[in-house]
Amino acid sequence: MHQSPPRRSAPIPLPPYTPGRGMLATIKIVLFAVCLIPAVRLATALLGDNLGPNPIEELQKDLGFWTLTFLWITLAVTPLRQLTGQHWLVRLRRMLGLFAFFYGCLHFANWLGLDMGFDGELIVDDLTKRPFAILGFATLLLMVPLAATSSNRAIKWLGGKRWQALHRSVYAVAILGMVHYLWGVKKIALTTPLIFAALLAVLLGYRAWDRARRFTPAGRGEPPGGMPRVVPTVTVQPVRFMERPK
Amino acid sequence: MPLLIRRPSDIRPSEITSPEHFSRRRELIAALGLGLGAAGLALPRHALAAPAPAGVSPPTGFPPVARAAPGSPWFSDEAQTPKSAITSYGNFYEYGVDKADPGKYAPGLLKTRPWTVAVEGEVLKPRTFAIDDLLKLAPLEERIYRLRCVEGWSMVVPWVGYSLSALINKVEPTGNAKFIEFVTLADPAQMPGVRSPLLDWPYVEGLRLDEARHPLTLLGLGLYGEALPAQNGAPVRIVVPWKYGFKSVKSIVKIRFLREQPTSTWTRAAPSEYGFYSNVNPAVDHPRWSQKTERRLGEWRRRPTLPFNGYADQVASLYAGMDLKKNF
Repeated sequence: MHQSPPRRSAPIPLPPYTPGRGMLATIKIVLFAVCLIPAVRLATALLGDNLGPNPIEELQKDLGFWTLTFLWITLAVTPLRQLTGQHWLVRLRRMLGLFAFFYGCLHFANWLGLDMGFDGELIVDDLTKRPFAILGFATLLLMVPLAATSSNRAIKWLGGKRWQALHRSVYAVAILGMVHYLWGVKKIALTTPLIFAALLAVLLGYRAWDRARRFTPAGRGEPPGGMPRVVPTVTVQPVRFMERPK
Repeated sequence: MPLLIRRPSDIRPSEITSPEHFSRRRELIAALGLGLGAAGLALPRHALAAPAPAGVSPPTGFPPVARAAPGSPWFSDEAQTPKSAITSYGNFYEYGVDKADPGKYAPGLLKTRPWTVAVEGEVLKPRTFAIDDLLKLAPLEERIYRLRCVEGWSMVVPWVGYSLSALINKVEPTGNAKFIEFVTLADPAQMPGVRSPLLDWPYVEGLRLDEARHPLTLLGLGLYGEALPAQNGAPVRIVVPWKYGFKSVKSIVKIRFLREQPTSTWTRAAPSEYGFYSNVNPAVDHPRWSQKTERRLGEWRRRPTLPFNGYADQVASLYAGMDLKKNF
């Protein structure tokens, strides 16, 4: 279990909390069940004919919505843990990311099976001619290596640095998914996608800001003469790979 | 230009209930019941509620409608989309962007009476029609049309109305009239969606005058034998069955006859995606999706989309010699 290094200053008056083994397991089980709720509700609605007169289209929109929602939540973990000091949150990130992939797969499967009816000609047509469909497919393909290397074993096998470099492509996944969403709606229906875009801008903007802040000379620990040393409000935590088996 | 339109098989006038009898039907039935009672024939009560004969609409004040029957050019034996689906699923962005929004909000917000339609522009007899004038302008017919949305779904709707040409003839377009433009109401009090800055309001659409005069082009006033539900474009709309659904303007307040081709709302919003003609055409894809197939509401498998939505034999000649890939 990771031990927090001694802090110079508590950024936010929340006591750093580290759930015990049992507590963490309980949190994960509850989170797992919560993440499944949209899928269960959609499946029930589909079987009960409660998705309206065009259930396949409704399913496609809803599954896309949940894919991006889980992706955004996954991307919120790092800012949240840095801003609140609740570093244990990172231990939920893998599950959230895998749920984004899960909903993305359902979104794709619904398109392939229910919408296209596995009609090879129609599928090839869309995936070769229409950038909107190609973009969605590319987004899902980019998620595959991330999902495939989400295990502790994969982290160990790749090594932390390479694993981290690979998993930075989640930013590309988010941006491509966002463009796919924006592209998929008519101009009049842009409101919800634009809210997603604004949230993504915040999530990515935070990282840019955080990076810029850390790479100032002060952040590197070499304060220029005369200037007061800038103490980061949040200490960067070496907790990224703490799930590696001991 | 041969029009391959079968003439409607005439419904004998004797089969159509006269409006006078129709409006008095309850009295007549009551009188009948009293007469029978006086004669001592104790009929069970439900026997008095005779099934409505063909040509009689439910008691909504809506005029009687000649039903589309086999043999009529307006008849189709295709399964009609249930009314519940027609009234709960559609695009009417004046009421929101979700397909269910119009059905949720339009009935409570849209006031369809009084209602007038101003007809102006290149006509000899410009005129403002009250909705009751329009209901009486020509005999109402039921017409079972396919409706194909540009998004790739479709339905089969038993509309009620008459050919728009009946109205066009009344106002006598001048020789300069080449196009016709329809304008939807845009009242923020009745249509909260028009507050959205994402589309230009009011909603406008246009047709070439010969398209507008084509017998298939319907001035729609009802569906399923009753007045148009608010969410389907009450009280008066256009239905152009061989074009994508967005060409069929809802809740019309103005019709203008023009010399020049008007710019439609969607053409202005996305010129590369929505052309002026927007004829249903499986050979011309939307930039973002194929138009080769469609999903009929209520069906799981896609079905092939037909050129001109299956009305090619009647309307293809309107576009003789035109490159429909360019004029999409």
